[in-house]
Amino acid sequence: MAKKVAFLQGNEAAAQGALYAGCKFFAGYPITPSTEVAEVMSVELPKVGGKFIQMEDEIGAMAALIGGSLAGSKALTSTSGPGLSLKQELIGYACIAEVPCVIVNVMRGGPSTGMPTGPSQSDIMSAKWGTHGDHPAICLVPASVQELYEETIRAFNLAEKYRTPVMIMPDEIVAHMRERIVFAEPGEIEVIDRTAPTVEPSKYKPYDTSFGDVPPLAAFGSGYKFHVTGLNKLPDGFPTTKAEYVQAEEERQVRKVEGNAADIMKWEEYLCDDADIIVVAFGSTSRSARFAVDEARKQGIKAGLFRLITFWPFPEARLLELSKKAKGFITPEMNLGMSHGVVKAAVEGNAPVLGIFRVDGEPINPGQIIDKMKEVK
Amino acid sequence: MSFDYDKYIRPGKLPHIWCPGCGHGIVMKGLIRAIDACGLKKEETAIVSGIGCASRLPGYMDCCTLHTAHGRAAAFATGVKMARPEMNVILVGGDGDGTAIGGNHFIHACRRNINMTYIILNNKIYGMTGGQFSPATPTGAKASTTPYGNPDPAFDIAKLAIGAGATFVARGTAFHANQIDKLITEAIQHKGFSVVEILDDCPTTYGRRNKFKSVVEMMNHLKDIAVPVKAAEKMSPEQLQGKVLTGVLHKEEKPEYTEQYAQVIERAQAAK
Repeated sequence: MAKKVAFLQGNEAAAQGALYAGCKFFAGYPITPSTEVAEVMSVELPKVGGKFIQMEDEIGAMAALIGGSLAGSKALTSTSGPGLSLKQELIGYACIAEVPCVIVNVMRGGPSTGMPTGPSQSDIMSAKWGTHGDHPAICLVPASVQELYEETIRAFNLAEKYRTPVMIMPDEIVAHMRERIVFAEPGEIEVIDRTAPTVEPSKYKPYDTSFGDVPPLAAFGSGYKFHVTGLNKLPDGFPTTKAEYVQAEEERQVRKVEGNAADIMKWEEYLCDDADIIVVAFGSTSRSARFAVDEARKQGIKAGLFRLITFWPFPEARLLELSKKAKGFITPEMNLGMSHGVVKAAVEGNAPVLGIFRVDGEPINPGQIIDKMKEVK
Repeated sequence: MSFDYDKYIRPGKLPHIWCPGCGHGIVMKGLIRAIDACGLKKEETAIVSGIGCASRLPGYMDCCTLHTAHGRAAAFATGVKMARPEMNVILVGGDGDGTAIGGNHFIHACRRNINMTYIILNNKIYGMTGGQFSPATPTGAKASTTPYGNPDPAFDIAKLAIGAGATFVARGTAFHANQIDKLITEAIQHKGFSVVEILDDCPTTYGRRNKFKSVVEMMNHLKDIAVPVKAAEKMSPEQLQGKVLTGVLHKEEKPEYTEQYAQVIERAQAAK
């Protein structure tokens, strides 16, 4: 039987990916340019017995999301820049309380209201450092409608597997473009559910590390009684200020992501093996970069593309390896140098890193990237 | 036989953090008696709070307990209730948590009429942070941030809840301990969003700044200002000056939110 295909918008594909992953709960607040995710979920969730709620504000949406997840539902929200800033308070809560959930953040111009309908890639640092304190961060940056669909499924899998919030951040171009998409058949892509406890309810501790860095999570209403707090906590979930527990807990929460980076990181290397110049790009910018690499090769420039699909954790070790042979790196991005700094740190001075930064609401075109390649000495 | 509170208290979690003379413990005992009277199963009951002294209450309760962020209890609880409408969901928090930083979530939970019970322990002050004025602090009162007297007018929390659409609103006081469980019981049994405001005392950060010489004086004050709704009907406006109505202040039947959403599911599935 032929697979189901459609001509779909990026945001619609994200919603379809969430449904494939078994999402049963959506809480959101309208914000351009992400609203179509909420609209599709409002149509589709009740059909599968799921719940959609439009909350009173962005913070309330993030709160309801965590509540829904704790009650056992796979949970999604969607937002954009200013909404992400508001959600940061409770993204931190989801990190410390270790509640799986997925946040689609469509990147638009900022700061503040900025350019609501303009594309941007300037939220990637917010994904890692937006909420206060040390915490794990997973951020995915798809570049096509198909990839947004598949990466949303993966975002749910990572959230459930590691008991942590996962951000998926298409830029506005990827979120609003329409492309052909091939839907996965049921069972074709693995769907991961959180590990439920097997101990009897009276023995259950929500942060029992004897089960490893990711303890099983029970659902409220499933027969297990337990306590959840945003305070630093003991394995039984109750607050503590004891130094040895707090240190160990914080380290474990970060380690469960950083220590599993190999499982979480995903990137694509295109003509990088013999490349003198490597363009490090993500999202819609990586599509211009691929075109630029092909054009450059025609002109005799040995160019390659390192396309980030996971932004956090960042694949610094691989870039360091590549930097031993490459003569230079180029980081085109719709912000004022956010990935530039991260790539520079990764390559440890082995090769120059040249940036192309645009925040005028226009995409970076291949010509700009080819011109920059010619500046590499 | 005396009532067995231990059945509902988490083993090993007492003593509580509240100061001597604080009324929060009286309210917790009332809540426990109400949960018992309603026959709620502990593992099917979620108690959700925000941040502050009152919000520490869920930690002592042997239920599914969710201590959230400042002001966010109603929104977290809405998520729990939507995902699992069969759960009993009870919210507990203070006046600052619920009506200042959590004000938006509070009024919208009232508007939706989602079947949960919100117990607001109103001691008119931010106690945990040391006694700053809240939206419930009376005009003229002293707080650590109103050293010259509070210039702000106060919310009438019960009126706010009624105005926002809550379908059951009651008020009691920490002095009238035997009424608390009755009000909460009726609130839990009501289908819809119910609010029970309990006027409470904070001797540590409010009383000592506002010329209350003792906890007894604060409790007597609660006793003096409280007028049952029925008794108030026979009193003149002059007699009601400085008084506060207690009992069930408002009750009406309106469609409940999770039931409304169940109909959304039916309509969506019929259209499929």
